[in-house]
Formats: sequence, C-alpha cells, structure tokens
Amino acid sequence: MHRIISKKKIAEDIFKIVLEAPVVAAKRKAGQFVVLRPEETSERIPLTIFDSDAGKGTITIIVQVVGKTTRKIASLGEGENLLDVAGPLGNPTHVERKGNIAVVGGGVGTAVAYPVAKAFKEEGNNVMGIIGARTKDLIILEDEMSAITSELFITTDDGSYGRKGFVTDALKDIIEKNPVAEVLAVGPVPMMKAVCDLTKQYNVKTMVSLNPIMVDGTGMCGACRVTVAGKTRFTCVDGPEFNGHEVDFDELSKRLKGYSDMEKHYIGHKGCNLENKV
Amino acid sequence: MKDKHDRQKMPEQKPSERIKNFKEVPFGYTEELALNEASRCLECKKPMCVKGCPVNVPIPDFIKLVKQGKFAEAARKIKEANSLPAICGRVCPQEDQCEKLCVIGKMSKPVAIGALERFVSDYEREKRNVAIPKVSEKTGKKVAVVGSGPAGLTVAGELAKKGHEVTIFEALHKPGGVLVYGIPEFRLPKKIVESEIDYVKQLGVKIVTNAVIGKSATVAELLEGEFNAVFIGSGAGAPKFMNIPGENCVGVFSANEYLTRSNLMKAYMFPEYDTPIPRGGIVAVVGGGNVAMDSARTALRLGAEKVIVLYRRSREEMPARIDEIHHAEEEGIEFHFLVNPIKFICDEHGKVKEIECIKMKLGEPDDSGRKRPVKIDNSEFSVKIDTVVIAIGNDPNPLIQKTTPGLEVNKWGNIISGKESGKTSIEGVYAGGDIVTGSATVIEAMGAGKIAAGAIHKFLMGEK
Ligand SMILES: Cc1cc2nc3c(=O)[nH]c(=O)nc-3n(C[C@H](O)[C@H](O)[C@H](O)COP(=O)(O)OP(=O)(O)OC[C@H]3O[C@@H](n4cnc5c(N)ncnc54)[C@H](O)[C@@H]3O)c2cc1C
Ligand SMILES: Cc1cc2nc3c(=O)[nH]c(=O)nc-3n(C[C@H](O)[C@H](O)[C@H](O)COP(=O)(O)OP(=O)(O)OC[C@H]3O[C@@H](n4cnc5c(N)ncnc54)[C@H](O)[C@@H]3O)c2cc1C
Ligand code: FES
Repeated sequence: MHRIISKKKIAEDIFKIVLEAPVVAAKRKAGQFVVLRPEETSERIPLTIFDSDAGKGTITIIVQVVGKTTRKIASLGEGENLLDVAGPLGNPTHVERKGNIAVVGGGVGTAVAYPVAKAFKEEGNNVMGIIGARTKDLIILEDEMSAITSELFITTDDGSYGRKGFVTDALKDIIEKNPVAEVLAVGPVPMMKAVCDLTKQYNVKTMVSLNPIMVDGTGMCGACRVTVAGKTRFTCVDGPEFNGHEVDFDELSKRLKGYSDMEKHYIGHKGCNLENKV
Repeated sequence: MKDKHDRQKMPEQKPSERIKNFKEVPFGYTEELALNEASRCLECKKPMCVKGCPVNVPIPDFIKLVKQGKFAEAARKIKEANSLPAICGRVCPQEDQCEKLCVIGKMSKPVAIGALERFVSDYEREKRNVAIPKVSEKTGKKVAVVGSGPAGLTVAGELAKKGHEVTIFEALHKPGGVLVYGIPEFRLPKKIVESEIDYVKQLGVKIVTNAVIGKSATVAELLEGEFNAVFIGSGAGAPKFMNIPGENCVGVFSANEYLTRSNLMKAYMFPEYDTPIPRGGIVAVVGGGNVAMDSARTALRLGAEKVIVLYRRSREEMPARIDEIHHAEEEGIEFHFLVNPIKFICDEHGKVKEIECIKMKLGEPDDSGRKRPVKIDNSEFSVKIDTVVIAIGNDPNPLIQKTTPGLEVNKWGNIISGKESGKTSIEGVYAGGDIVTGSATVIEAMGAGKIAAGAIHKFLMGEK
C-alpha cells in the first residue's frame, strides 16, 4: 500500500501526486519510471517518477487522465492508497556535461522531460527549454522549468499563451542561434516525430523518451516493443530513452492505438486518444 | 499379473461446455475412484517410479496410505519431498517421469500417480487439514530469494524449515511465477496456487512483491545488506520472437503477454477487470509446446471463432504434454503441421490481418535429436487471421545478469550454476530453475530449488 501524501490539480485533467514509496525513492534516478496499480482490478500502468525525496520516502508523479486507470488514480484523495508501485524501472538517463542542451516537453510529456532537464542542469550543462501544448490550460510546470533553464520558450497551437505555433518553431530558432549538443524531446508521438524530422536536418543528436503500452515493465511480456534502427527493442528494459532519429514512430503510434476501441467502448468516454494530450 | 481394474479416468467438463468458461477441466477423483486407482499399485520393493521423479516423492508409501483411506496422511507423506503437490499433481508431465517407469505400465496402463497426488493434496486442503511441519530452531541467518516461481518457493520453504529467515523478492504484484501469470486457470486454478503459497508463508517465509531485483536493489546490495546468501530463481522470462516482417503489428502478441493479460491481469473478466485483450475472430498460435496449447485454449475461451496452431515440425515432435494436445483437439483447435510463418501482413491501421506461411519438411536430426524442419521452396501460402500469439519459447531475462558483475552466464545468457549445488561464480549466490536450464518444467525447477537449499544450508552453517 502506498499512501497519497498530497494531490494537486495543475492543469485540466492533470494532477501532481506525492506518495509513499520508500524503496523507489531511495533508488530512483532521472529518466526512470514506476509501474503501478491503484486497486486490485486495475491495469498495470507506467508513470514517470517526476521527483523523489529519499529522506521522506516519497515520490512525485504527474498523471494525465486519459482512460480508466489514470482516472481512478486521479479520483483518489489524500490519505488514500495506491495498491502497488514497482520500480524504479527503465534505464536512468545518461547524463554528462555536453554544453548546450535543448529540452522539449509537449503536454504531459513535460513531466517526463523535467527530471531529465534538471539532471542535465545539475551536471553543469546550459539547458534551454521549450514547453508546448494545444492551449494555455494544458501548459504545466512553467515555474519548475524556468527555474532550471537559461531560457524557456512556450508555444500553444491556438496562440492562447506564449508563441502561437508548435514546439518545432521555437526549437528551430534555438538551433539556428546556438550550437546545441543534444536535444531531448518528450511528448505525444507526432510531436517527437516532428522534432526528430527537424533536428535531423541540422544533424543534432536527439533523444526521445517513448511511451508505449506496457504490462510488466520488466522485459517479460514484449508489449512495449518498438523498432529502433530496424531492430525490435523493449522500451521498459532497453529504454525508455532512444535515439529519436532511429525510432519508427509510425509503428509506435499504431501500437498505442491498439486498444482504443475496446477501452472506449467500455468507458464510453470523451475522446481519450493520445493526440488529445498535446 | 492381471489388473483388478482399468486405470480410473478422471471425470472432466465436456468440451462443448468447457470452451465457454475458465473453470478447471478435470474434476479430480472421487474417494471411490482414488481407492480403486490406488489398489492398482503393486508397492514394488524397488520402486522404479520414484527414480523417474526429479524430487523423489515416496510414491508407493503415499499410495499405500491412500489404500488405507488415510488421505491427509498421504498428502503429508508427499510433502516430505514435494511442497507443492496440488500443483505438481496437475501440471507435471507424469507420462515422461514417474508413470513412464511404472511396472504395471509394461502390461497395461501405469498407475495414475499424478491423479492420486492431486486427489490427496486437494483432500487435505479442502478438509482444511493442512499440517504445518515443525520449523527448526532459528539460526539467525538470512537468505534472499529472487523470484517466487516453483524454484524460489521450494528453496524458501526448505530453508525456512531449517530455521533460516527467508525473504522472497518478486517483481510482479502476485507471487507464483509462471504458475500465476502463465498457466491458465482452467489447468491450474489460482486459488490452489495461492493456498500452496500460503503454506510456504506459514513456514515463516516473507514475500515482498513489486520488488524488481537489479532495479529496486541489486544482488550485491542484498549481500552487503542483511542477507547471508542469495538464491536467484528469476525464470526464463523474456519472450522470443521470430524476427520476421510485420511482427510488431497490432494484434501480434508474445504468449507471455497474451497469457499475462488473461491470467495475471484477469483480462478474461474484462470489463470487470480493466486489462483488455482481443476477443473473437480467428486466432493463430505459433509453436507446439505447453505454452502454445495454453494460448490456443485461452483464445478459444475468450471467444475466438477459430483457433489454429501453426507448428513447423510434425505431431510426433510436439513438445506439449499429450494430455494438453488431446484436450486441445477435443476442444476443436485446428493443428497445421509442417508450416512456418514468414511474414505478418497488416492493414492500414497497423493491425495484423494475414500470415504468409511456408511449408516445411523434416530433414536430418539436429542437435536436439529431433528432425530438423526444412523449407519447401515455392510452397508459400497465406491465411487470414485477426490475432497472432507467438509461443516459440523464452530467453532468460537479462535484468539480473546485467546488474550483477562477476555472475557467469553462458552464451544464451543463462546463469551458470553447479548441478549438485546450484552454486554460481559468486560466493554466497546460488541459482536454479529456468534461469539456469532454459524453459523446463515445474518439477525440475523445484528439484533445483531443493538441491540449492541443501547447499545454501551447508554454506550458512559453515559445513563443507
Ligand atoms: C515509460 C512511460 C512513462 C510515462 N509517464 C507518464 C507520466 O509521467 N504521466 C502521464 O500522465 N502518463 C505517462 N505515461 C503514459 C501513461 O502510462 C498512460 O497514459 C496510461 O497507461 C493510460 O492508462 P489508462 O488506463 O488511464 O488509459 P487506457 O484506458 O489504458 O487508455 C486510454 C487511451 O490512452 C492511450 N494510452 C494507453 N496507454 C498509453 C501509454 N502508455 N502512453 C500514452 N497513451 C496511452 C491510448 O490511446 C488509449 O486508448 C507514460 C508511459 C510510459 C510508457
Ligand atoms: C504457459 C506455460 C505453461 C507451462 N506448462 C507447464 C506444465 O504443464 N508443466 C510443467 O511442468 N511446466 C510447465 N511450464 C514450465 C514451468 O512453468 C517452468 O519451467 C517453471 O515455472 C520454472 O520455474 P522458475 O521458478 O524457474 O521460474 P518462473 O516460474 O518463471 O518464476 C520466476 C519468477 O521470478 C520473477 N522475477 C524475474 N526477474 C525478477 C527480478 N529481477 N526480481 C524479482 N523477481 C523476478 C518473475 O516475475 C517470476 O515470478 C509452463 C510454462 C509456461 C510459460
Ligand atoms: S512491458 Fe513487458 S516487456 Fe516491457
């Protein structure tokens, strides 16, 4: 049992939750995730560890409600419990001093990008940040991101906040002005693909953190497989970060929709597809 | 030497009914059937059957107790050698082990040792008469066991009986290994696995779930911390794929994923349980072992219109248990022998819709002694399907090997450990079960667990 210490709504359908998970808190590094189950009948779902406090034995997660399990998690209040939390899983980000790093977060992907950006900053890199979303209400972690970046750019598709346009527009400006050693992009698949298409033209190494459907998170089931450089890799044990220029994003996006019909049929729920996450 | 009776057949659900539910297929013996069957045993002075059992269950002794109607005592007799009899009575390949060597089998059918084992352990449990053996005085030594499959449970139980403090670390949220995530309910009801695990817990073993060793803690950290020895029984848990085009199409599953969704996550009870799994349509299962049979029969129960098994050799080479093949055939599963998929074709949504196959013929025997399947040129054909389950075996999961420097593994990634001791290349670290042998059987994993327990005990007590 993992008690929820605090819960805060940080945007429409997005919650920041601090929960007890001492084993995970003691071990976790940037880039890792947990697999959790709110209750006995739930699915096992992966969520990035946004932050942790080893002393208090807590971890922080940021959850966007997209389907049944995330909805269940969001419905729990402070003092209530999540049934299982396994982790930390996945490989920690390889952090080294590289100079200028550009970190791009799309929608709730910003929650995944933030701990990595922070680790790069702590390693002495100059981190430039971009966060993008469909609209103003979906921009999250602006304060946190601006605290660790030398410059932070915000874009919204509808122009309701920051610059009107896509994260790629802002990224293009950064790359053209600065020698960028590496880009890290996390967000919906179409966004990561667009970023990679752009950075390829400039020949800038780009890491992406992938979000396929998972079951065990330990390399046992193969649900999380993605094609990288023509080879099948398991995101949970080989990733979650990969060289974006080698990822087959079309395949990933099709695999992510594999259960949409079944899930929708049963939750009779307003469009809960990935695209809505931007 | 004439049989008083024929071998007693276990009553079971009719095929037409059982394909609509996940309940166990055979009902088990009644007391009368058990007594009849037990009376067939000759109580040989030099029992061959015991030699065929990897953990040397005292078979004639327990059957003698059955003859006397002392069913619970019979169960306890088995438990002297095997702490998971209700499981072994159901899933052991008895036809290749104890029953194969039964003397009566030479003239007629061998004594149904497995069915009797199952009967007495069910009797003991259902009568709530499970005896917990006395545990030796505490030694003050602590052992960490990685994985809660049959190997880990056995090591843990044996060491606890000897007075050591044992903690099992299990990556998933439920203990049992393949017994809970792989083997389906209709062959091994989960409440039986649970009660056998309860028994191990009652011996004093602590089980920590959601603990992924290599991630939550490494083997070295366990040893540096509170534990005096570590046993690794992490199983052969990484699915093999065929490396052919289209394998990552939506609707192409590894058997591990398909069975885990259905068994562990109870997808067959969707939407009551939240984990989805495709139902209906035409399902193709690739492979010919127990895992393939379990996947095929699961697909049928999930509502498939038709289930076909594609196997690249012929029926004779199929590694699945005879009972399981027979059950699958009764249930209407179609077998296609001497064919192998070469390509999966998907629609515009990336969903699999067709398999391109090639016909095979048997050539010269290979390393395994079985005839090697060889492609027949220009024999390609295709079948329309909706779901594919790939059940062609598992590789060892590398998580622990990668995070344990100094742990020797072979070229396939299996941990190398001594046959007589389970000792690995690291002092105080032992291993056994599928992670050492590659995919094998429940009883072999238990046998390895038992051997390792003996060696660990000696190590902890400083004996040579
Ligand atoms: C390594 C990793 C880290 C992640 N970190 C976070 C995080 O920090 N915060 C967060 O909010 N989400 C994160 N996700 C995504 C999260 O796991 C999914 O949103 C969640 O599994 C959906 O579960 P559900 O039962 O609520 O939705 P479901 O009912 O299962 O699905 C609803 C719809 O959501 C989409 N979906 C399903 N699974 C995923 C998935 N894995 N990723 C994206 N979309 C999916 C599908 O289109 C599906 O139809 C992460 C995913 C991975 C693999
Ligand atoms: C579908 C299927 C059907 C089968 N049918 C039969 C049958 O009818 N008869 C028969 O005799 N055999 C059968 N087998 C084979 C048998 O189940 C295995 O040989 C046996 O379970 C191996 O036992 P084990 O203890 O070595 O490993 P497993 O049962 O695989 O257990 C390993 C456990 O370790 C856990 N683990 C792995 N890595 C870690 C880690 N890093 N940290 C913590 N925990 C970890 C896993 O989650 C798992 O619970 C079948 C196998 C399958 C898959
Ligand atoms: S989630 Fe099962 S292998 Fe990655």
